[in-house]
Amino acid sequence: MSIKNLTEEELEKRFHDRIEKGEIIEPKDWMPERYRKQLIRMMSQHAHSEVVGMLPEGNWITRAPSLRRKAVLLAKVQDEGGHGLYIYCGTETLGISREEMLDGFLTGKAKYSSIFNYPTLNWADMGAIGWLVDGAAIVNQTVLAKCSYGPYSRAMVRICKEENFHHKQGYEILATMMKGTDAQKQMAQDAINRFWWPSLMMFGPSDKDSPNSGDLLKWKVKLFSNDELRQRFIDRTVPQAENIGIKLPDPLLKWNEAKGHYDHGDINWEEFYNVINGRGPCNKQRMKQRRDAHINGEWVRDAVVAHEEKKKSEKVAA
Amino acid sequence: MPTFEKMINKNDLVTYCLRIADTSLILGQRLGEWCGHGPILEEDIALTNISLDCIGQARGFYTYAAALEGTGKTEDDLAYLRDEREFQNLLIAEQPNGDFGQTIMRQFLVSAFQYYFFEELKNSKDKTIAALAEKSQKEVSYHLRHSSAWVIRLGDGTDESKKRMEKAIDELWMYTGDMFDMDETDATLIKESIAVDTKKIKQLWENKIREVFAEASLTVPENIFMMSGSREGKHTENLGFILAEMQSLHRAHPGAEW
Repeated sequence: MSIKNLTEEELEKRFHDRIEKGEIIEPKDWMPERYRKQLIRMMSQHAHSEVVGMLPEGNWITRAPSLRRKAVLLAKVQDEGGHGLYIYCGTETLGISREEMLDGFLTGKAKYSSIFNYPTLNWADMGAIGWLVDGAAIVNQTVLAKCSYGPYSRAMVRICKEENFHHKQGYEILATMMKGTDAQKQMAQDAINRFWWPSLMMFGPSDKDSPNSGDLLKWKVKLFSNDELRQRFIDRTVPQAENIGIKLPDPLLKWNEAKGHYDHGDINWEEFYNVINGRGPCNKQRMKQRRDAHINGEWVRDAVVAHEEKKKSEKVAA
Repeated sequence: MPTFEKMINKNDLVTYCLRIADTSLILGQRLGEWCGHGPILEEDIALTNISLDCIGQARGFYTYAAALEGTGKTEDDLAYLRDEREFQNLLIAEQPNGDFGQTIMRQFLVSAFQYYFFEELKNSKDKTIAALAEKSQKEVSYHLRHSSAWVIRLGDGTDESKKRMEKAIDELWMYTGDMFDMDETDATLIKESIAVDTKKIKQLWENKIREVFAEASLTVPENIFMMSGSREGKHTENLGFILAEMQSLHRAHPGAEW
């Protein structure tokens, strides 16, 4: 039976059956408009996050305390840019151009991960970002690697491999500092005190307040709820913290034998929504940096187009 | 016991390696400032990629210099604990990024130099230097290809981009003579077939510049006053600030491991 003869309802049912069977949806397959829109929202937000994420770490490239650390940080930030590029390409398969996505981002319509609205104030923040922020991203992305949309899931498989390196290098920065001088230990602890709670917020609102979760779970774009993933991150991170003698700033963090999970204190959701809605420490600055980069690059992009057109007309004339 | 003559050679050799390392480090440091601010994402990645190559080159030559010195210093001691007057990087490497055009122009002028420089240095009688040069030359070939393509695009793009590239040439040309200056250290090591005689590569460099500028509709300046001084550690005022930023954290915690 040809797809052309099916009604919208039949198509949607067929789509859901495929999802239920665990089939992967590819760009040319029929998909409900809401599925396409939600994926564009999620994937472009993810790409923007990778790009904005270059800023807080880029902030320390020129001051990295050793040449080895400088090289590793450069490589890492370059990876982030590469991830952004890769996910932008993946998102384009859903019928949106990079210009449109960029426009959504620069006008503030599209969001990016709020974690990057926190400042990087000492070198240990490079460790905290690698260990906690990339660690949280890995928990999210390992699951996304099994999501129903082919281009997204494949991008996540590749990106997770690199994120695992980032996670290790971040942890190693902190482990080294925790074995170092008192000043280094203080820096490391300070970084964790500032980044722990915002990292937990990276998993999004609590399940009861997560407006997009229902559909995304049904479509197998998400496979676990925000709270489940957050718990997974906490459970794997606490022993790592103990291992290097760093304290996580939550007095209620405690192993719960009955649940088989760590209990934790309440997340400050007011702060979460403030930062999402533009009232975070670096929101203005990050957006300004990205907008300035775009504006300052306009003459470059214009020149590329002009040069290509000259080349084309030379070819035609020849 | 090394002979007196060999001792002199060793000091020259250390100086020679430090000069190469300093240029790569300072250029890499400048390029690193671009991170997150490029005109398009692809170029953001390209500039940090070139920066990373530069840092790698610096590490190779510093490590060798430290080993030659034999006093237990590390690559980081050489990068982080020397002062402005001790650095001997080429003056052009420390010039400000300016706009994307100026960064590209600086990269092109330096990469074209490094391309022929490392090509020659591959034949150095010092095997370590030859190996480091070979690795660096591969990377620089890419930097040269990348920056040449951009000089052509921007020179031959719009009126505005052409003006910006002309301004970049105007800003940077006076520092190109310094790349070819030589002193006693060079002379001693050239005699030993260890170092590059920059007189040999100057024409090749000029030809490359002319070829790319011609395609970019840009003019090669004539009779410009040339600054020199890198070999005596006499810098422009830029270097002090680069080092202040780069070395601040390392120097604030003497002896700390990172």
